[in-house]
Amino acid sequence: MERNPIRMQLAIMRQSLFDQGHVDEQFVQLEELQDDANPNFVEEVVTLYYRDSARIILNIEQALERKPFDFGKLDAYMHQFKGSSSSIGAKKVKAESTLFRECCKSGNGEGCMRSFQQLKKEYATLRKKFGAYFQLARQAGPVETASRPK
Amino acid sequence: MTVEQIGSEGKDQFPIGMRVLAVDDDPTCLLLLGTLLRRCQYHVTTTSQAKTALKMLRENKNKFDLVISDVHMPDMDGFKLLEHVGLEMDLPVIMLSANGDTKLVMKGITHGACDYLLKPVRIEELQNIWQHVVRRKKKDRCNSGSKDKPHPDSGEAVGIGNVDNNGKLNKKRKDQNEDEDDERDENGHDNEDPSAQKKPRVVWSVELHRKFVAAVNQLGIDKAVPKKILELMNVEKLTRENVASHLQKFRLYLKRISCVANQQANMAAALGTADSAYLRMGSLNGLGNFHTLAGSDQLHNAAFRSFPPSGVLGRLNTPAGLGIRGLPSPGTIQLGHVQNSGNPTNDLSKLQSFVPGNHNTNILQGMPMSLELDRLQHNKSVGHIGELPTTDSTTVFPGSGNLVDARITGFSNNPLLGVTSNSLMLEGSSQQATSHTSVSAIGFQNGNALSDFTSIAPASNQLQDSKAGSQGQASPINCNAGQIIRSAPQEWNAPRKDAPYQSHALINSSIPINSAMIQLGQCLDRNNSIFHRTTDLDLVGPLNFVDPLSIKHGEGDNSIMEPSVIEKEGYLMFQPRPHGSHVPDNIGSLEDLASAMMKQEGGCNGYSLRTSI
Repeated sequence: MERNPIRMQLAIMRQSLFDQGHVDEQFVQLEELQDDANPNFVEEVVTLYYRDSARIILNIEQALERKPFDFGKLDAYMHQFKGSSSSIGAKKVKAESTLFRECCKSGNGEGCMRSFQQLKKEYATLRKKFGAYFQLARQAGPVETASRPK
Repeated sequence: MTVEQIGSEGKDQFPIGMRVLAVDDDPTCLLLLGTLLRRCQYHVTTTSQAKTALKMLRENKNKFDLVISDVHMPDMDGFKLLEHVGLEMDLPVIMLSANGDTKLVMKGITHGACDYLLKPVRIEELQNIWQHVVRRKKKDRCNSGSKDKPHPDSGEAVGIGNVDNNGKLNKKRKDQNEDEDDERDENGHDNEDPSAQKKPRVVWSVELHRKFVAAVNQLGIDKAVPKKILELMNVEKLTRENVASHLQKFRLYLKRISCVANQQANMAAALGTADSAYLRMGSLNGLGNFHTLAGSDQLHNAAFRSFPPSGVLGRLNTPAGLGIRGLPSPGTIQLGHVQNSGNPTNDLSKLQSFVPGNHNTNILQGMPMSLELDRLQHNKSVGHIGELPTTDSTTVFPGSGNLVDARITGFSNNPLLGVTSNSLMLEGSSQQATSHTSVSAIGFQNGNALSDFTSIAPASNQLQDSKAGSQGQASPINCNAGQIIRSAPQEWNAPRKDAPYQSHALINSSIPINSAMIQLGQCLDRNNSIFHRTTDLDLVGPLNFVDPLSIKHGEGDNSIMEPSVIEKEGYLMFQPRPHGSHVPDNIGSLEDLASAMMKQEGGCNGYSLRTSI
């Protein structure tokens, strides 16, 4: 009972993640994989994502410090990053990585820089949101996934 | 790296417990993939290193049933791993990537991947991957077995076909095709024996197939028995069994082709009488007759009746059993006919020739016109479509409406167009627009067949009006098999509507149209009406195609189709021809057309013409 308000809040938070375009349908897939055997699956995956992608972000940053840009390498990194991001349903981050890749393909160094900055912002924002979300989720205890956005 | 050792306990409840090895350097993706696979109740082993994966696989080849691997990996390229696994262990491998570029997918397929999934991968996609295991097992097991059976490969083929024929309408058609067709189309067009035969697999190369078809043609589709075919072919190391199974497939293929134009239902009916269909097809070969038809108003009579593999269709006739005949040289025939553009009928014939075989089947039914159609069909199947666009088209419609030309051109551009145009044609026919030209405009040329069709339709009306001159009308037919059909309808319509079907030419052309119509009709509702009308075409009288049409219509006689099918098939098979490349396209287009038509009509989607080529 007490949980209800928390759950309600959790549901609202979750909904806003979708509404604001931070996550997409893939996130729902993650949620669906969460069950009694895997009660914290979503959080685990997201945590793993942030841990692993931090490495890639670092690689990209370093690559961007070397001039001239090695677009091939940048593209390869970003491809990897995009793959992970899409796996957890990070919508905005994924969109930004697509833009970045396009800049790489067209050799647009400036565009790459800008895009990357934007990407890092989205990435950080999402991380914060996830953090809050999961924290609340833990408080709420094992709950059924709230109604899907769609 | 997590390793789960699973016994073979799951085997009994396959696919539950299927042992999967998942390889991906990205831990997030790997975790997700592993979890998804477990959710599907498979036994999962995951590793982030390709080298480790290979090691595990080499340790015990029987440890796993399936491998899923990412494409981009730091220690080893995914394709390389794919090759290794394929060569050493012969396990099915599924590629996974965030990049869905066609080129990449193609690369995966050519390297032997049995599937290519895009990240993020969904559970639905993983739930069916077990099919690849089954398929492979079956392939290994029944080498010599199922010759005629649609192989499970068809499924794979389908999938691959989809990938490969991305641009083609195949996909559309796929839905409509039976598995058999899929398999056939997918494999048939090329040198592959669909049914994997364990024993020294006979690869039906284009050359081989051509010989086969030639032999069948020579013998006559009804009389083509494996033994004789084998003798005629005179190929070393080919056994009677090989030929027999191939023949069976071929027959089915022809059926399918003929059905392409017609509704599936019709096809089913026709298929039932496959033999008769063959026979009919033989008559269709008369397309050659068509040729004669083209020459004179007598097309219908002369053409059909005799079905002499006249030179006109010349090539067309050669294909064994109508279908086959047309196939061989559909392209050539067309040209031949086209040249005749002088006669309206010729045009028709030309058109018809363009019309991929499909018409033929229909036409032959009774109507001389059908011959034309047949021819068209030939063309169609043959890839006339491809041809059409070529100079033939121009030649073809030299005079008349040049719809043919238009069509032809259209065709070449788009096999699909053909299809669509066909549908259009049918529609058009009802309208009987006199502007065949419009028909030609149909879009064939551009692949906007559908849109073109509509234009064609009006054109068809024109055809009617122009009756005599409606060569152009015929052209609609020609353009695509579908087109042909269209023209047929137009023509038909003409008779119908205009009762005064004066010129044979019209009729002739109408015949083709009819056939086209028939073909299309089957699919299209309109066609039905058209067909019915055709029956009314007493004018056509001699054409007899009324009968065929009605037959088709009523009886859903697919036999008509069959010839075309056969042609198509024949065409497809050895369509080395100049259109060669077209053929596949054409064929596909035929199907596409068929499907397009069907779709348009919302009717028969049973277009089995698969362009699996």
